[in-house]
Amino acid sequence: MGRYVARRLVQFIPVILGTLFLLHVLSVLTIQIVGDPVRALFGENAPPEAILEQLRANYNLDDDCLEQTGNPCVRLFVDRLAQYASGDFGINFRGRSVAELFVERFPVTVRLTVIALVFETVVGIFLGVMAGLRKDKLVDNFVRFSTVLLIAFPVFVFGTLAQLFIGLELGLPLRDSERAPEWLGQMLTVTYNPEFPWLSLMLPGLVLGAFSLAAIARLTRTSLIENLRSDYVRTARAKGLTSSRTVGVHTLRNSLIPVVTYIGIDIGLLLGGALVTEGIFNIPGVGQLVFLAIQANDTPVILGVVTILTVVFLVANLLVDILYAALDPRIRYE
Amino acid sequence: MSDFLAAQDSAGHEHAQPRSDQNRSLWGDVRYELMRNPVFWVSSVLVLVILSMAFAPQLWAETSPTARGACRLENARVEPSAAHPFGYTNAGCDMWSSLVYGTGKSVIVAILVTIGTVIVGVTLGTVAGYVGGFADTVISRVTDIFFGLPFILGALVFLAIFPDRNVWTLTAVLTMFGWTSLTRVMRGSVISTKQKDYVDAARALGATNFFIIRKHILANSIAPVIVLATIGLGAYISAEATLTFLGVGYQRPTVSWGLLVAEGQNLALAGFWHLLVLPCAFIVVTVLSFILLGDALRDALDPRAR
Repeated sequence: MGRYVARRLVQFIPVILGTLFLLHVLSVLTIQIVGDPVRALFGENAPPEAILEQLRANYNLDDDCLEQTGNPCVRLFVDRLAQYASGDFGINFRGRSVAELFVERFPVTVRLTVIALVFETVVGIFLGVMAGLRKDKLVDNFVRFSTVLLIAFPVFVFGTLAQLFIGLELGLPLRDSERAPEWLGQMLTVTYNPEFPWLSLMLPGLVLGAFSLAAIARLTRTSLIENLRSDYVRTARAKGLTSSRTVGVHTLRNSLIPVVTYIGIDIGLLLGGALVTEGIFNIPGVGQLVFLAIQANDTPVILGVVTILTVVFLVANLLVDILYAALDPRIRYE
Repeated sequence: MSDFLAAQDSAGHEHAQPRSDQNRSLWGDVRYELMRNPVFWVSSVLVLVILSMAFAPQLWAETSPTARGACRLENARVEPSAAHPFGYTNAGCDMWSSLVYGTGKSVIVAILVTIGTVIVGVTLGTVAGYVGGFADTVISRVTDIFFGLPFILGALVFLAIFPDRNVWTLTAVLTMFGWTSLTRVMRGSVISTKQKDYVDAARALGATNFFIIRKHILANSIAPVIVLATIGLGAYISAEATLTFLGVGYQRPTVSWGLLVAEGQNLALAGFWHLLVLPCAFIVVTVLSFILLGDALRDALDPRAR
């Protein structure tokens, strides 16, 4: 196990450097092609050149290589890496540090993501197991049908519809009513409410986790069905083990391996989805930061936050990979 | 996001009928399977309807919402009625024709991105899988690096820097972040085809590598790519609409589904539900049709099912 973790850590370094370099090259290339974002900020009314120069210097956009199309600006990348290492992810167009803004808002996003992850794994695995054990029966058909439907709902479609029908049409009467408990009304809310830091994130969290819930249910179902046909399950049954032990201990543990892999990929999806859900439900998290930055054309914030989120995603993926080895001995000895 | 879809659901279909005609070719088998599958018929009819809306919207709606005089502000937000079952948009345009004319914007990007990712994915996947060695290492590592950027976040950064975005910029950016899963699938598929006896036989008979790839490898390893690309079409429609909704996709005055949803979101809370629900319904039905078509194709193409 120790050797596996060490090897995985060594492999991690080129991937994270490569990904950051990719982000850098693509952004540099875009700036080289379309012109720098500072100029775009002012539209047709150009301010004096001196002010532009000053702004470019503030946002690290004054490097000469940004004018040479095709130049990957390796030196700028090294500078940026050094800045990232010291916790400097740039400043926004109002002069605030992106890292500071990020840290301020990150806890809300973590809560939202945790709700989504717990919801999607618990319900997803449960539905997958129900469907897998009763293949081609009513439950199975229901799960298969509803998961295909869920996958066809993009997060923003599901989010806006849930806000309208659940948050407003269903939740508003509950919040106004004297008799309904307060927590129920707050759970089905249209926006984030800082007085209920967990409850008012319930609906957005469920929206965020819905797509992956469907994915996890389908993955669990497929791999459970495949494993139930394997020899070791037949042996376990022949030994006279109860069916709850055969399924619960022998089959489920093996069937969950692809699910764990999926959760690793899923964190990236959730971070992208959090942007949409936080925008819709007005949640003051990291996603909303990007959402607002897009509307304000604040490129440094977008680039800075996406860089941090990419690192978060890669680290989370690394942890999932290590967890994965704990679950599947074959990987450790590979 | 269509990555996992390719890998699953093969276990559900081991009850496939034994072949009645032993002489059918692989693709003959596929056609036979598809013909018997009602899901295939329903989804392909829907896909045909969507494609006709995309390429010939005038067949479905008389006037384009961008035509002069097509929108009248006094009709703004008028709710559905018998004469106009879809009501009017916020700008007073007919909702039905806005939705029909918006189809093309989403579908054409999705088709172009799918073509682009298939070309890149098949080429790189074949090279990595067939040549192996150093080429494989390089391609696989580059794929890993691209995979490290979450799709929506990566696309967003570059689209945000572009001052004006159109079909081509959207296509370029989505292709750039979309080719990885197809490359991985193609690589795996080529590696397993390469080990087949008929490839050895062809080589023993003196076939060149180019001939083997063209005649044997491509034809026998393309199936999972077709499935993934079909599902991908739906996923790209959804991705385009998401990016447009976030404000980094199409911009006004273009008519597009993502923009209609963005516009309808707040107005729906104010009571104009049709402004939100109708564009959402169009998006969901379109994405669903492509996913179902992909599912039907997988059921037919998956050799484990037979």
